[in-house]
Amino acid sequence: MTGAALPETAAVYWRPRVDARAIAVRGRTWTATTVAHVVPFLATAVLLFALEPLTFPVGLIAIVHAWAIPELYAKRGANVLSPRRRASEGPERVAAGLLGDLVGHDARALHARTGLVTERGALGVWLVGEAGAVLVGAGGRRVHCWCVGVPDGDLPSGDRIAHLLLALREDEQGFATVANLAFSGARWRLRRRLAPRARPALDEAGVLARRSTPTV
Amino acid sequence: MARLIRMDHTGHTTLAEWTAEDSAAVERAHSAFRAQLEAGFYAVVTEGEGHARQVRELPLDAELVILRRPIAGG
Repeated sequence: MTGAALPETAAVYWRPRVDARAIAVRGRTWTATTVAHVVPFLATAVLLFALEPLTFPVGLIAIVHAWAIPELYAKRGANVLSPRRRASEGPERVAAGLLGDLVGHDARALHARTGLVTERGALGVWLVGEAGAVLVGAGGRRVHCWCVGVPDGDLPSGDRIAHLLLALREDEQGFATVANLAFSGARWRLRRRLAPRARPALDEAGVLARRSTPTV
Repeated sequence: MARLIRMDHTGHTTLAEWTAEDSAAVERAHSAFRAQLEAGFYAVVTEGEGHARQVRELPLDAELVILRRPIAGG
């Protein structure tokens, strides 16, 4: 999948090139940050209740905060797989045909069902949507959601995905370098926040990731 | 017949078709290719599932050359 560097990386020259190790480090950092957000709220709730049980409404609010923060992060990750505004039927059909020519039979069938395309890479299994891609890492348990797209609101959905797919195939690490990390965490947390139509695609990517031996 | 296509709001537009023996068609394809690169498109040749290569010169032996826009982090 990797050849010459993706030309778009020149626009983000200050970013170190993303490789498997960098993704793993960012994943651990993301988890640590989430824990650092959640634990103080839980500790506050426990402490308040221990000092004065009548403060339980405040403690409940703190617990709700502790629950909501990871959920908001997961929702942010799910947004990279959200469909965008569709073009008219003709261009959508033409774009879907081109995308179908670029992928294999299984990925084509998955796209027809879910609007998403899987792609095996050196870093793991990618699930590519219109506004980004999700990298499913080793064992299929952890996901990294990357927000990236083509800044043209008139493109049909199939072309949006084809743009990302081609860039990913040109240079997988460059693709991850250009993209912005929107979420990193457990696959089940992301799945809960996905639209029901998209969930089978994430399940499929998880199955593929378990079968392969990715480096993340 | 090789094709140069551009992904756009129509799905895609075929900008040129050529065979290596048709020099006039090849010249038209070269001209269209250069114009699109100057307009900011990137040219990509797919090389089977999982592989693609960016090209800066029109590969006459490729069956399909796809022009795409730059991507950017959202």
